[in-house]
Amino acid sequence: MTAVVTETPEVSTMDRVRTFAARRASVLPTLAAIAILIVLLIGAQVEFGNFLTPRNLSALLLDHAYLLVLAVGMTFVIVTGGIDLSVGSVMAFTGILGAQMLASGIPVWIVVPVMLAGGAAIGTLIGVLVQYFNVQPFIASLAGLFLGRGLAYVVSLSSIRVENPPILWLQQTRFLIGEWYITPTGIIALVVVAAGAIVMAVTRFGRTVYAIGGSEQSARLMGLSVARTKVMVYVISGLCGGLAGLLLTAYSGAGYPRYGIGTELDVIACVVIGGTLLTGGRGYVLGSMVGVFVFATITTIISFMGAEQAWTHIIVGALLLLFIVVQRAIVARSDRQT
Amino acid sequence: MTLLKHRLFWPVAALVTLVVVNVIANPNFAKVTMRDGDLYGNPVTILRESAPLMLVALGMTLVIATRGIDLSVGAVMAVSGAVSLTIIADSPDPGSLGTVTVAIVVAVLVALVLGAWNGFLVSVLGIQPIIATLVLMLAGRGVALLITGGAITTVTSAPYKFLSNGYLILLPVAFFIWVAVVAIVALVERRTALGMLTESVGINPEASRLAGVRSRGIIWAAYMVSGLLAGVAGIINASNTMAADSNNAGYLIELYAILAVVLGGTSLMGGKFSIAGTVIGVLTVTTLDKTIQFFGVPPAQSPVFFAVVVVIVVLVQSPRVHAWGRAASARMRRTPSSGEPPTGPGAASAAKKHEEVAA
Repeated sequence: MTAVVTETPEVSTMDRVRTFAARRASVLPTLAAIAILIVLLIGAQVEFGNFLTPRNLSALLLDHAYLLVLAVGMTFVIVTGGIDLSVGSVMAFTGILGAQMLASGIPVWIVVPVMLAGGAAIGTLIGVLVQYFNVQPFIASLAGLFLGRGLAYVVSLSSIRVENPPILWLQQTRFLIGEWYITPTGIIALVVVAAGAIVMAVTRFGRTVYAIGGSEQSARLMGLSVARTKVMVYVISGLCGGLAGLLLTAYSGAGYPRYGIGTELDVIACVVIGGTLLTGGRGYVLGSMVGVFVFATITTIISFMGAEQAWTHIIVGALLLLFIVVQRAIVARSDRQT
Repeated sequence: MTLLKHRLFWPVAALVTLVVVNVIANPNFAKVTMRDGDLYGNPVTILRESAPLMLVALGMTLVIATRGIDLSVGAVMAVSGAVSLTIIADSPDPGSLGTVTVAIVVAVLVALVLGAWNGFLVSVLGIQPIIATLVLMLAGRGVALLITGGAITTVTSAPYKFLSNGYLILLPVAFFIWVAVVAIVALVERRTALGMLTESVGINPEASRLAGVRSRGIIWAAYMVSGLLAGVAGIINASNTMAADSNNAGYLIELYAILAVVLGGTSLMGGKFSIAGTVIGVLTVTTLDKTIQFFGVPPAQSPVFFAVVVVIVVLVQSPRVHAWGRAASARMRRTPSSGEPPTGPGAASAAKKHEEVAA
């Protein structure tokens, strides 16, 4: 409807906006998330006066590095139209497994690959159940959730301190850039985001992920490797779970089997707030990063206010609802247009 | 052979096997003793402790029958427990029957409203059930924490405690509560057309709408029932511990309830549901939980066993495994293995039908 309008010489700003909105409908939720993030940051700065400091903003990233990594993996899964409930408990399992192995004197260059492999193994199990046995992603990853949580308790019922220098180095080293600082854990998280964004945007694998989310049947008829890709997204999510386990262990200096309870919900909320469509086919890794920052900002604002942390989940739940309704409207409109 | 084909055969077989394994491993497992005119022992404990899961799973069965899912039940339990205990704790007379009645009625009404909210999102706004109920799953516990002020509210109130720990005739009150609820739901669903309409909505919402079934109302009602029953479950759960622990009340119960429903033979694809199957499924889950504890495994590690159960159950229901089974039995009958038999076993053809519907 708007394509014709743009070709006329005198185009008002309003028309440009409308054209953009129609053509790039899938970016809109992400832009909305960025707008909310900016409003939150400015509002907090006005309210508290000392919110937008380099120190605070650096902490915003570093406190949620593990969430960022999980959100990248979850974005892949959700864009294919699936869901992965297991990430929180996979993170707890690999974290406690790593802590236990380090405590029994196994060198770190064995421990870290084993942690990643442990996460990937649970991811593979979920992927195979989903792809080859027609199990709904929700149920298959539920088995993964139970498995990860149970195995975490099998490894140890109580928390295990980590005193391994290379692991602690990940968190304690601070690279200073003026007032800003970043730790290796933050760098790892940003590298994962960059890698995820590039894979989704420019590789054949990434295009296949979008194609499956758009229409699995069409993707198959186009000759894309649907089976392999669908298993791979769960492996990637599991791998991210393993990596998040490493980051969380470094961050907290311990492995603990109760870590990450309910984290899968936070991650899903972040991904959705970041503009990824839960029905699949649309979404951006960078959007999920914005979603994580929105979540992180809300958490920080609430602790600045000294209010109950219970408010975090109420506000995140409300935001989630808002975004779902907005997404419904966008999908309904683009359905009418086609 | 007809017995083997009954749809409750495998759920019952699983439960019986589990009980037999327990009795062989430890004859004391099935021992029931009489004390002061009341029955005690493991079987009685299982019947009593099944109550919250039973109520939640019953609501879940109806929601799943409409092709939905309700993830918020655990959070609703936490809210209802928090509401009822806060009312009792704030009242001048925690022990009086009137206070407890008010607390229970208010808590159940709040749960009903939460269920109606889920139903509104799903049936009116048309949001996917997983996501719609995820909102409340996230926010619900936060609300419960706000109600209790972040603390674990504890009270002493004899009438409230009676709900979970009391005895009526030989058996615990909680047992009678779930039996009554099961009976009511079964009567309403099976002695009226409601059950059939629910199944038709689950099998094909569009076709049933065209046939004049008011699917919106039926779906909405299913979520309201689920919320209501989760509310009652939350009260029984809070009565069991006499504390409103907003973080842990009903934690993961949505997942156990879904497992129990699936164990009972109700397909997650919606459509046909079995209330008797759900009852057996819940008893199986509770017995398995007890069994795991009985063998000295720390309760925290029991999810591993449930993960194995989930994988086995979904594999048994999977079309691919059915195809393998048919191929194997065809080879055994020495028929040419090239073509598949025209009709598979009942379950397999039912699964196929579901696929066709989904496609």
